[in-house]
Amino acid sequence: MSNKLAVKWGLILLILLGSVYFIYPNYKWYSKPIAERETLDTLGERPKRMLNLGLDLRGGSSLLLELDVSKLSDKEPLNEAMARAIEIIRNRIDQYGVAETSITKQGDKWIMVQLPGVSNPQRAEELIGKTAMLEFRIVKNDTTEAQKAFEKLETTEEPFDQDGNLIPEIAKLVPAGSQIMRNKEGGYSLVTDTATVTGADLENARVVMMSENGYPSVSFTFNAEGAKKFGQLTGANLNKQLAIVLDNTIQSAPVVRARITKQGEITGSFSAEEARSLAIVLKAGALPAPVKVIEKKTIGPTLGEDSIKSGLFASALALVLILFFMAIYYKAAGVIADVALLLNFVFTVAIMSYFSATLTLPGIAGMILSLAMAIDANVLIIERMREEKRLEKPVYEIINLGYDKAWSAIFDSNITTIIVGACLLQFGTGPVKGFAVTLIIGLLVSLFTAVFVTRAIYELILTSNTKEISL
Amino acid sequence: MMNLFPKTHIDFLKYRKVYFSLFAAVLVAGVISFATKGMNWGIDFTGGTMVQVQFDKPVDMGQLRDALSATGANSEIQSYGDNAFSISEKSTAQEVGVVQARIEKALDTLGVPYTVQQTNSVGPAVGANMAERAGWAIVLSLFFIIIYVAFRFNDILWGLSGVVALFHDLWVMALVFSLTGREIDLVVVAAFLTVAGFSINDTIVIFDRMRENMHLHPKMSFAELINTSINETLSRTVITTVTVLFALFVLYFLGGEVINSFALAMLVGCISGVYSTIALTTPLVYTWHHGQRSDANTQAAHTHEQPRKETNGKEMLTPKRRHHGKRK
Repeated sequence: MSNKLAVKWGLILLILLGSVYFIYPNYKWYSKPIAERETLDTLGERPKRMLNLGLDLRGGSSLLLELDVSKLSDKEPLNEAMARAIEIIRNRIDQYGVAETSITKQGDKWIMVQLPGVSNPQRAEELIGKTAMLEFRIVKNDTTEAQKAFEKLETTEEPFDQDGNLIPEIAKLVPAGSQIMRNKEGGYSLVTDTATVTGADLENARVVMMSENGYPSVSFTFNAEGAKKFGQLTGANLNKQLAIVLDNTIQSAPVVRARITKQGEITGSFSAEEARSLAIVLKAGALPAPVKVIEKKTIGPTLGEDSIKSGLFASALALVLILFFMAIYYKAAGVIADVALLLNFVFTVAIMSYFSATLTLPGIAGMILSLAMAIDANVLIIERMREEKRLEKPVYEIINLGYDKAWSAIFDSNITTIIVGACLLQFGTGPVKGFAVTLIIGLLVSLFTAVFVTRAIYELILTSNTKEISL
Repeated sequence: MMNLFPKTHIDFLKYRKVYFSLFAAVLVAGVISFATKGMNWGIDFTGGTMVQVQFDKPVDMGQLRDALSATGANSEIQSYGDNAFSISEKSTAQEVGVVQARIEKALDTLGVPYTVQQTNSVGPAVGANMAERAGWAIVLSLFFIIIYVAFRFNDILWGLSGVVALFHDLWVMALVFSLTGREIDLVVVAAFLTVAGFSINDTIVIFDRMRENMHLHPKMSFAELINTSINETLSRTVITTVTVLFALFVLYFLGGEVINSFALAMLVGCISGVYSTIALTTPLVYTWHHGQRSDANTQAAHTHEQPRKETNGKEMLTPKRRHHGKRK
């Protein structure tokens, strides 16, 4: 064997070894019973570099959220607000205990949340949906102006317009420096229109199962800065009502009996679940603006399983048929092409595992296309070899010319398809992107396996003085 | 060697008027079908809500329809498998989740236990955005393909004709989906894209042969050159296509619910792709160049040169040979 050929084979075997190394964790993981996988998942002991299955294949939910840009503070650029929103949503969802949750930005103001294995995302939705804007304001209900405004409010059928603003008639009754807010228990209150202390000043929040009023409540502690501000606020407003406002609704309005600095408690008629959610979102921080769910998908685990089973079976059968056909029609050359095809599959899966890529149905489609292109590359080469064989050239020349002449067609067709893939990667969303990724990986791999590897096999055969190759 | 294809000498160009008429017919059929039957866009694109349920006991479709229409909604019901139904409502401007809750409420009135297997609620804005992005991806791919083919084969008309063939394949697939009323969801769009990739592959292979033959036979007429190239690559075209169709038939019949539509789109597209390469790309190039070799300008200067002995594929990648076929 020449040095060059030895290097070639060394490289191929090294890559093959590496592929097996990267694929092995998949095998180990997916051969475990589901229950064990789930336990390991929640413990966070899932191997990092592994092929993940998309929601369409394993079941789960996805939520597409839209950040309400119109409610964003002017100071914060959209990009930063989005990054913050994603971070906050991640913090909230992490409490929820779902493994492999993926939270990604999509477009300018959309956030995609994927929850594998969760078939009813209700609670996740509630956690995400809360803006969790906590504010402390002083209640100013006892003025005559306030009473007048309340009277008008009671008698008006729809005091708020579509955007949730007060209609002008009532708005003009509201004294300067204050604003009207809903009470959670019904009715309205007049409060200061600025809040010096907010949820951003919190250090921690936790559930108190039995509070004074018998309902679960949420107690919180301020950070140093917050404690100072809260001390000033309560100190200056002794014996007044302090409104604890969450997302523009007054949860409760206890009377300030003494100056408070470090701690506070939000009471209301919370259920245990509500209190727990509230504590989570308060700890995670407030969203820069409200989010709205604009797309929701759930796929039951059985459906995912069924589609995998029939899809896998059909794909395997199709692959076997192709391998047989190639071997029968092209004989030895066909068998060599088959080897390349199998290697293509192995390498592609290995690369996807290495990058922890997610395999979806469209992704499988991408793989099928790249396999088809790999077959085509070999058909091109073998057909060229046949042409040369008809001219009764010696075997080494048949092989060399076959490869040389087929190469430009293989190269151009692969590049063109990669161009399509790149456009899809750039502009496609979720599923289309999945398709593009596997397609591009598969095509690059197929250039290697269908051309480089098969040629190395032929060259290896030629070293033993072979006079003819059946094709 | 086992060979299904002896050396063929088919005059493919001869029937180009037939191909062009067929193309026109397909275009017209498409326009009529899109205008009258339209496309059954899935809720991924229109926005709306889909709920897939599996009942524990047999449920009558009529009963189900009555229960749903009692809520005043206009839902589309499809049955698949045993006691399993897919209920969908399109382009509702309502908030995501509201429709689903209403459908489930209607199902409760039937009194038959069921499990929700799959739901999909898409806001109208998302659907529009999805369609827009997919559209951009396709338009840009077509554009870059023209550029690349023009660059590699020294002729922008070659690139254009390849894209016309691609357009033809997408059109035919869309036509089939319009006629059969099958729903176009994101998976089907993926199939469309796959076919686009595969169809252009076919075109490139024949172009590559033409490029090679232009250097090997500087004096051959353009018609003969095209026919020779197609005939020479015919066995490859058929073998590759048959192999892929093999796989697709298996996927179509055994692949299950989700893959079925995908496989259908691929089947149609692959057949159309092979046809369009032979019947559209090369005849178009021939017609657009008025039957003259597309390297005619430079060819005169080169005829006194010896044709290259062997066309070495590797050299094709080097830019030095590009002077052969300047575009008009």
